[in-house]
Amino acid sequence: MKTETIAALQQARTKRTAVTLATRLSDAAETLIYIDKAEGAMAGDATLVSAARRAMAMGRSETIDFGDQKIFLNVYVPPPRLIVVGAVHIAQTLAPMATMLDFDVTVVDPRGAWATSARFPGVKVIQDWADEAFQAMGLDVSTAVVTLTHDPKLDDPALESALKSDVFYIGALGSRKTHARRKERLAEVGITDEMFARVHGPVGLNIGAKSPAEIAVSILGQIVEVRACRLEALAGPKVVAA
Amino acid sequence: MSDALDVLDQVGKWKNSGKGVAVATVITTWGSSPRPVGSQLGVDDSGAMVGSVSGGCIEGAVVKEALAAIADGKPRLLDFGVTDEQAWDVGLACGGKVQVFVEKVS
Repeated sequence: MKTETIAALQQARTKRTAVTLATRLSDAAETLIYIDKAEGAMAGDATLVSAARRAMAMGRSETIDFGDQKIFLNVYVPPPRLIVVGAVHIAQTLAPMATMLDFDVTVVDPRGAWATSARFPGVKVIQDWADEAFQAMGLDVSTAVVTLTHDPKLDDPALESALKSDVFYIGALGSRKTHARRKERLAEVGITDEMFARVHGPVGLNIGAKSPAEIAVSILGQIVEVRACRLEALAGPKVVAA
Repeated sequence: MSDALDVLDQVGKWKNSGKGVAVATVITTWGSSPRPVGSQLGVDDSGAMVGSVSGGCIEGAVVKEALAAIADGKPRLLDFGVTDEQAWDVGLACGGKVQVFVEKVS
């Protein structure tokens, strides 16, 4: 392993970029494969690059037979991230529960009285408008966004930004009626019905949740389900590298 | 995944301070094995370790090979069976096997 490779992996982590390190076991030759580029010994090999991207999409490291060679694909994907918009009561139970599920949790709310670290011990809290915060954080395919404020002027810009990104999950708290009105408002800023269909609303699995903690469970249950289904779909039939 | 990078952080520091360093990586597992594929152990030329490739059963042998890899620069592929007895020690119901790749950091 080269020190430059270690530096590249560290840089990818800082930027929350997924990367696969392909190591040829016979001579330890290395290739770094990203979503949009590849660098190193076998960067020009399209079969290897696509096998590495498939492993990356599934988030699973594996050794593959490649002709008469063995190649180890070590996948480095950023941990799933949950961004909670609205530092409200439900967020206070949702954030620690999501942390237990290994999500990197950030709570965003522009209201100073709500967005305090005292209310969210051990969780990243950003006091800012969601769309501004999203821009700084960079939404990606490993991110889930949940809006909880009930306030259109806080929730709507968050949903609009999330819908224009490739986050894997978007959920919005509110009744069916609230959700229908939300759809109408977002249509005015160019969100089509097809796009809006990505929003899970009313948010969460239908388990009769009432208390904030129960609602957090129903939201997290849905996020886990959506993520698992997505990973399963990506796995697809196993392709043997030629 | 961040665990593996924490190991590489330390490996990079050792290397930058002028030490000889090797990295061992779990590349295949069969059955129950204590650490998943991708788990890494960094070893410096004094035998200091960071990370893990098992619950402690094979680290001794891996360090020995890592020191040899630091000395001759050649990568190595190691096969280990986890005996049932060892498996019971780490609370696993059945034995497993792991394959570990050891390479020098250059």
